[in-house]
Amino acid sequence: MQRIGVFVCHCGTNIAATVDVKAVAEALGHEPGVVISQDYQYMCSESGQELVKNAIKEQKLTGVVICSCSPRMHENTFRKAAASAGLNPYLVEIANIREQCSWIHKDIATATEKAIILGRTAVAKVHLNTPLNSMESPVVKRALVIGGGIAGIQTALDIAEAGFDVDIVEKQPTIGGKMAQIDKTFPTLDCAACILTPKMVEASQNERITIHSFSEVADVKGFVGNFTVKIKKKARFVDETKCTGCGLCTEKCPMKKVPNEFNMGLDNRSAIYIPFAQAVPKVATIDPNYCMMLKTGKCGVCSKVCSAGAIDYKQQDTFIEQQYGAIVVATGFNPINLDKYDEFAYNQCPDVVTSLELERLMNAAGPNGGTLLRPSDKTHPHTIVFVQCVGSRCDDEKGKPYCSKICCMYTAKHAMLIREKYPDTEVYVFYIDVRTPGKNFDEFYRRAVEQYNVHYIKGMVGKVTPKSDGKIDVQASDLLANEQLHINADMVVLAAAIEPDKTARPLATMLTTQMDTNDFFTEAHPKLRPVESATAGIFLSGACQGPKDIPETVAQASAAAAKAIGLLCKNSITCNPCVAHSDELMCNGCSSCEKVCPYGAITYIDKEFRMPDRTTKVRRVASVNPAVCQGCGACTVACPSGAMDLSGFSNSQIMAEVDAICK
Amino acid sequence: MQEAMIKRAKELLADGSVDRVIGWKRGEFTYDITPAVFTSAEEIDSDFVCDDFTAANVSKYLVKETQKEGKVLAFLKPCDTYSFNQLVKEHRIDREKVYVIGIEGGPKLDIEKIKAKGITGILSVKNEDYTLRIETIYGTQTMPFYEAVLDKCASCKSKKHVVFDELIGEDGDVLDSNRFEMVEKLENMTSQERFDFWRDQLSKCIRCNACRNVCPACTCENCVFDNPKSGIDNKAPADSFEENMFHIIRAFHVAGRCTDCGECSRVCPQHIPLHLLNRKFIKDINELYGEYQAGADTTSRAPLTDYTKDDCEPSVVHERGVE
Amino acid sequence: MQVKENFEPVIVAFCCNWCSYAGADLSGTNRLNYPTNVKIIRVPCSCRVNPMFILRAFQKGADGVIICGCHPGDCHYTSGNYFTRRRITLLYSMLDFLGIERNRTRLEWVSAAEGAKFAATMQQFTEDVKALGPNRRLEDLRCRKQ
Repeated sequence: MQRIGVFVCHCGTNIAATVDVKAVAEALGHEPGVVISQDYQYMCSESGQELVKNAIKEQKLTGVVICSCSPRMHENTFRKAAASAGLNPYLVEIANIREQCSWIHKDIATATEKAIILGRTAVAKVHLNTPLNSMESPVVKRALVIGGGIAGIQTALDIAEAGFDVDIVEKQPTIGGKMAQIDKTFPTLDCAACILTPKMVEASQNERITIHSFSEVADVKGFVGNFTVKIKKKARFVDETKCTGCGLCTEKCPMKKVPNEFNMGLDNRSAIYIPFAQAVPKVATIDPNYCMMLKTGKCGVCSKVCSAGAIDYKQQDTFIEQQYGAIVVATGFNPINLDKYDEFAYNQCPDVVTSLELERLMNAAGPNGGTLLRPSDKTHPHTIVFVQCVGSRCDDEKGKPYCSKICCMYTAKHAMLIREKYPDTEVYVFYIDVRTPGKNFDEFYRRAVEQYNVHYIKGMVGKVTPKSDGKIDVQASDLLANEQLHINADMVVLAAAIEPDKTARPLATMLTTQMDTNDFFTEAHPKLRPVESATAGIFLSGACQGPKDIPETVAQASAAAAKAIGLLCKNSITCNPCVAHSDELMCNGCSSCEKVCPYGAITYIDKEFRMPDRTTKVRRVASVNPAVCQGCGACTVACPSGAMDLSGFSNSQIMAEVDAICK
Repeated sequence: MQEAMIKRAKELLADGSVDRVIGWKRGEFTYDITPAVFTSAEEIDSDFVCDDFTAANVSKYLVKETQKEGKVLAFLKPCDTYSFNQLVKEHRIDREKVYVIGIEGGPKLDIEKIKAKGITGILSVKNEDYTLRIETIYGTQTMPFYEAVLDKCASCKSKKHVVFDELIGEDGDVLDSNRFEMVEKLENMTSQERFDFWRDQLSKCIRCNACRNVCPACTCENCVFDNPKSGIDNKAPADSFEENMFHIIRAFHVAGRCTDCGECSRVCPQHIPLHLLNRKFIKDINELYGEYQAGADTTSRAPLTDYTKDDCEPSVVHERGVE
Repeated sequence: MQVKENFEPVIVAFCCNWCSYAGADLSGTNRLNYPTNVKIIRVPCSCRVNPMFILRAFQKGADGVIICGCHPGDCHYTSGNYFTRRRITLLYSMLDFLGIERNRTRLEWVSAAEGAKFAATMQQFTEDVKALGPNRRLEDLRCRKQ
């Protein structure tokens, strides 16, 4: 038999002025199961809470209804009070008679009537409340960072700094990412390598950080606080522990005609290679697609010259499995493929380059040692045309609908650097808009225009045509002057849109995190939880969440680290007990619930059932992981058999509320 | 075709490929056909039948059959294969345990339509070049074949088998049917007219549960209407509300999963056009969320477990048609 | 249909905890009046609203049912209201198909900041239901109040 206590709050005059609280307490006292019904000036006050606690003890209450302000305000207060008096906190219900009654109504009679109905509804619900206990789930004190660019490095450093072990998984032979390829950074024009490489070294030397380079995430299982991740360490045919990074092998390797991806294919490397001088780890890697030894079994030069004996042609892919409490995704971005942009002649003319290629052409460690020369004939270009928004803010299927955000600024940087170093070069920039929100950004752009006389022309480039004399005809429109232009250029630089790395989509599936239609990871809340994914324990760092420049990336990386640290600091996580649960006897195993679960909290198990005729039957049934479920209830409606229900908001509870309102 | 089916069934039983065969057998009357499971060549020889009355969709029976040991041979008409696929998709049927022989569909007959012509005492019905030759205890009668075709066959959506291990006869195509005609007609009525139509129909419901029990999408271990904990359990409608509720909830539960096999209306002893409720959902889904045929494959997401960010708002319901 | 003088409809509002329930609270905080006919049931997400609950409300004597959730794209649970939108669209379409008056059912997106919208929506909805008169087409006679 239920023994329910009802407590009606005056909230000073906030409630009592428009609701006859005494009449409410009186009326609710007659509801079934109610053994005590009282009113009090301020229920949330110390003495008000005492009143509730004493009643729980003296009357041996099995349920409590507080008629007061919104549960969003004081539900926790009263739950705690109940718990301290020995009543399960989930046996407390709040009837919202302030925000949703006294404050919106003026007539005392109707407001009182409504307050009674709201109270009655809460009593009806509390009759069906069951004690719920929050589960504790332990937290593994180790984090995984997927991606070793500046975002991943920063996140890992911050987490390590806080005293937790952290692993970086990087698919390339070295960490560093896109920032390592960049020449100078806007708006300060300091050298990217000078600020990045110390951080790379710091990461490699930090004893709490383990770098798995040339590795990929192969499988993710588990949930917040307790992920099990399988990492595939791809065979690099060089023993990492033995290689000293002396580079002799790369010099002696006879196969030197391999396009150098670090320099965007603008020059060549050897089949055994170290991506760049400051690579971390500084270990050679053999490219099996080009190595003669691996392809034909004839050569072995690197093995002969390696005094450390690090070369191992028989190396295989290996897998390691590790537990993590938190995972940070930092998979970054790539410029889009420009194959479909025939109008810009990217594939036809070597002197039409992307901005990232230009970074390499201008970099001291690049193919030309830092002198800007045309890729085709190694001559100095005198007229350079920059084309903005190539594939960004694009309506058709070739490009991306979003703004890539960084292009306006890096183009201003490129233009300025070229004008600074080669004042005899004319620089044209064709743009739709110039977008420069950011600290010192607009000043920077204006310097390009005013101080460096870069020709900014609002308009689109219609066609780029390579000419027989080696020049390039750029046909464009000047929207402000309303005229067609032909520019006789030596080089054309395309600001290609950026897109998430191709590995992000399969990774999102493994992590059960969500992505938008452009394959950027979706944050848990666009304003209030920008670095968390909707899946508990998975955090987002850098451009995998959306286009970002370096300062924003680093800020987000540190924010993601802070969130991960906040999780790792806990010994265990208290889970919300208002979660879904499936009645195995009724479950059909049809997978409808799993498909609507945003958290991947539902899995299926084959369960053995004893049948009435003493035989056993194995059936597939849903199983909800309470540590992962957030309690939205989407599954409960998707379930046709009604096997899935939600604790705290059960079908029977909600229907009891409906009945009480309509009575 | 019956001979070919019997031959293959016996072969497969004999070589141990399958342990049981699911097909049809005759009941008391020649037109009284019921799905049946056969375990021996003898049973097949004496009882197995496939004729103009074998309309029953046997796919649902495979839920229970595949929970048992051994492999089952199932003869599936094109419409049945959709139901079969849908059940495989929902993990209700273990595909590995079924050997599917697709058989040609062809329109099946509705005995009620023959009886409605005043023909009684029926002994046998023969299709002779699309004229039915009906032997009765009172003598021989004839009627055109197409006047006796089941409603569900008259608005057939597809003669294509979406799944099979082997075929007996020819595979057909997805048809451009007129199956939404009646739904459209109702949509064009006024709200009051629709209300009157459905009140008239649903008030006939005796809650025999035949529609639910025959429905290949209704395979719940425990139906919400039989579950006292569901809050809507109910054995017989005590009120017009309960008549409505049963059919609304049933249609909603199979929305996006119903393959439009039409069995619900075929078995309804009160002749309530229940398939119209399901077709209304199918039509809405097609119009609002893009063409979708449940059971056409085993991998696509069902419309109600899927969404797009630009889905229409429910206000479309208020904006279209007549009030 | 004969409509009683001063007919006061019973209206059940399902509000998601994170947006609409907070929006309802805000209309209270801002003292924005809406009719007492509206009684709110708090659910974690609009996707928790089972069609059974809506039918149950009509059965037990509700004259109108409104569901409020976060705006599409703002769901606390990321995707809940997208599922709500499909389910409720189809359910309302079915009720319409059965001849149940369209204005007895509604779905609205109300954010936690839209106290004014919440009050205005409830005001309008109550008026619409009032204009329809008591629910007779989807009622359970045994539950009719005299």
